[in-house]
Amino acid sequence: MSRLRLDNRALRAYRPLRTARRNTPKGAPSSVKSAGWIVLLSLGVIASHASGFPLQATDTRNDGGGSVTLGWTPPPRPPAQWIVYRAEPGQAFAPIDTIGGELAGYTDEQSGNHAVRNGVPYRYRLVPLPVDATLLSDVSPAATPRVSWFDTGKLNVFIVITLFLGLVLYYIRQSERGKVWSFRPIAGLIAIEEAIGRSTEMGKGVLYVPGVQDIDDIQTIASMIILGKVARMTAKYETPLLVPANSPAVYTVADEVVKGAYSDVGRADAYRADNVRYITSEQFAYVAAVNGMMLRERPAANLFLGAFFAESLLLAETGHETGAIQIAGTANVHQLPFFVVACDYTLIGEEYYAASAYLSKDAKLLGSLKASDTVKIALVVTIVVASILLTLGQPGLAEFFATQ
Amino acid sequence: MKREIPLIISMASGIFVLVGFFVPHPAIRAIYDDIQQWVIIVVAFTYVLGMANLMRINVEQIQRRSKDWVYKLALVVSLLATMAVGFSEGTHYLDDGTKFSWIYNTFYSAMSATMFSLLAFFIASAAFRAFRVRTVEALLLALAAFILMLGRVPIGSVIHPYLPVAADWLMEIPQNAAKRGILMGAALGVMATGFRVILGIERTYGSEGGGG
Amino acid sequence: MSFSLSALRHLDRRWIFLAIGLLVVVPLLTGFHIAPVLPGARARGFYDVIQKLPAGSTVLLAGDYDPGTIAENYPMHLAVARQLMARNIKIIGVELYPGGPPLADRVLHIAGEEYKKRESYDYVNLGYKSGNEVVMSQMGSSIPRTFPADRRGIPVGRIPVMKGIENFGQIALLVSISAGFPGTKEWVQQIVSRYHVPMVAGVTAVSAPEYYPYLQAGQLQGLLGGMAGAAEYEVLVKAPGLATRGMDAQSLAHIFIALMIILGNLAALPQRTPGAKK
Repeated sequence: MSRLRLDNRALRAYRPLRTARRNTPKGAPSSVKSAGWIVLLSLGVIASHASGFPLQATDTRNDGGGSVTLGWTPPPRPPAQWIVYRAEPGQAFAPIDTIGGELAGYTDEQSGNHAVRNGVPYRYRLVPLPVDATLLSDVSPAATPRVSWFDTGKLNVFIVITLFLGLVLYYIRQSERGKVWSFRPIAGLIAIEEAIGRSTEMGKGVLYVPGVQDIDDIQTIASMIILGKVARMTAKYETPLLVPANSPAVYTVADEVVKGAYSDVGRADAYRADNVRYITSEQFAYVAAVNGMMLRERPAANLFLGAFFAESLLLAETGHETGAIQIAGTANVHQLPFFVVACDYTLIGEEYYAASAYLSKDAKLLGSLKASDTVKIALVVTIVVASILLTLGQPGLAEFFATQ
Repeated sequence: MKREIPLIISMASGIFVLVGFFVPHPAIRAIYDDIQQWVIIVVAFTYVLGMANLMRINVEQIQRRSKDWVYKLALVVSLLATMAVGFSEGTHYLDDGTKFSWIYNTFYSAMSATMFSLLAFFIASAAFRAFRVRTVEALLLALAAFILMLGRVPIGSVIHPYLPVAADWLMEIPQNAAKRGILMGAALGVMATGFRVILGIERTYGSEGGGG
Repeated sequence: MSFSLSALRHLDRRWIFLAIGLLVVVPLLTGFHIAPVLPGARARGFYDVIQKLPAGSTVLLAGDYDPGTIAENYPMHLAVARQLMARNIKIIGVELYPGGPPLADRVLHIAGEEYKKRESYDYVNLGYKSGNEVVMSQMGSSIPRTFPADRRGIPVGRIPVMKGIENFGQIALLVSISAGFPGTKEWVQQIVSRYHVPMVAGVTAVSAPEYYPYLQAGQLQGLLGGMAGAAEYEVLVKAPGLATRGMDAQSLAHIFIALMIILGNLAALPQRTPGAKK
């Protein structure tokens, strides 16, 4: 066996660029790496598939390219570590990483000078550390990293979304043809107009709290939609509408929504810019300010519609003390008990999202509500069927819907 | 066009973000990441609008000497003073020993914790006032509440060793099941609302046409 | 009896406030002790995950809360820092709440002094960055690019504890101490589901039930809920502190609220007209 003298500078160029996912000590002593080279070269295994354990290499699925996944069955007595070697066509194997000996998989996502390039077939080999010729892996088949155009791991989500969208479009078409569906009455939504009427009779205002999340939260978007409907009602009845916003972006949208609603019903003169205001983004400071508004302005109706957190009971209890009628709606399940206890009406979860359809009675919106109900029935049936199949030892359907 | 342009923008953005969820191609991801950055920048600019609104409303009320104008004055003075102190101390404004950290510890931290602690008082008064057992379901709810309240504190295991076990079971099984049902319904509501906004059926921009 | 019920019906709620105030303050001030804190299965799970980490590994400690929830989150944050430092595990702190950095600093400095750990060498606080889930997503690509400097302004390239840390591939465990949004759920959605990093969480009592599905599904390996969870964890870490002291007050408060429910229902009993019995 000839002994190669290797320049340490050359070895440092091949120092592992990245540790594997599980924490393992980085790098290998240069003398041991030298021994690794010696074993490889002297046994002439670089270009041959000498006997060892099989090593699989495949393009990593569902990614943006630049990644190869290795898999192997660990030998009965795995070494302390593996050095991962990689070769491009026409080039020698070079070490790229050192990983723990207990691992059975590795993802090559090298970046920088040793980046994995799409379209290049790479081959890999594992060399044990400490070096042991009997534990060398086979050279893997060539694996070519490629860009994926569709994440097949999200196929289940794609199917449900496509089904849902298809049903929405179908029911909208049905509604345009005059189909009418009946939906169960939701007391909280019926009460909104009554609450605004009550406020008008008492000569007091309506307080609308759009939640404490920013405009990018879907609950806040839903709240803005409902605010438009409520603003039209208050504009018609000439009832003051107070809207304290927790975020500047919400204030900006709420201001436009209310202004637009007032001008839509021909009451642009009744719009008061001061009634829609930005308070603060700080949660408890916002609550303190809104509580102050409730105690000073004494609105006859409080509408808490949006995303709420710990402040829900603070708001609802203070509102109760002022004698206002209170309607709350949120999809934050952990705050629902507080609203149920302290408010007159509470919209739970999807009832809150259905509010805009209920209030407007627009055929298209009701069509989307019908689609939502149909998908829910389909999901319930799927859950029951999958549970039965799972109990009978058939996990396929349940696994298909597992989160990736 | 005034109505169509916002609709086109929201439709295009919504569809693109939806596509970006399913397509891992780097070109799509790069644009997706850029859009996320734009959102942060746009939201940052809205803080300017928010501050302007805050100052305008409060300064006008101070000038008019409207009801409780003194509190508005306190708000404006505190806001400007805190900003001035923060700016004067530069990037290390929250380090130990700075004036800003004194404001943070003395006012902000104490007042935030105080407001949160009000919940304890309000829960007690709400429990007395509103928790009425009028039906069988309400009775079951009350029993579950007792088990949980006592099982989750040290005294529960003194009262009976199985109280904490029962509390854990209630949280892990029936509570979880009910919550998952509500969450699934809410998730469908989220999808429906999202589709309505993306498809332009639901319009939040103050224009007629979305119904109502 | 009818006089008592009548008095109950018209009870001024300020008496209730006074009672609950005394029941909470007196045990805290006097050290009145009712019952020992016994760690439950969830606190043990949280503790065991950290105990199994190899010494020298690096943990991301996300302190996503602000002074509003200091009573619940701060004790668990401090206890986690203590356990990590006792096991010679390196800590990288981040916060997604603007009010969070001073609290994280306090936690890391207190624990650091107790266990003789040095900032920059054994732990670092990268500070706050706005953007919520976007920040988490960017950290998945590159932590140094997302936080180019720590809270003191020192470039991360010059911080020894950050050496070799590029993304979650080098993080052994993600610990989320969370008050709400952004917090544990967003970390699970953005990081755990993509990069399969082990994660444990300490959350407020009100939001803890929301995370039971994640615990059951294995996306979280441990969960602490509220001050009770923090107290149980403090006992396991053998550093009883704020949470443990607060449990006696909390026990009395819970008993009082249960009593209020009973009294409230008694007060709502139908009134009997005087003389109607004849």
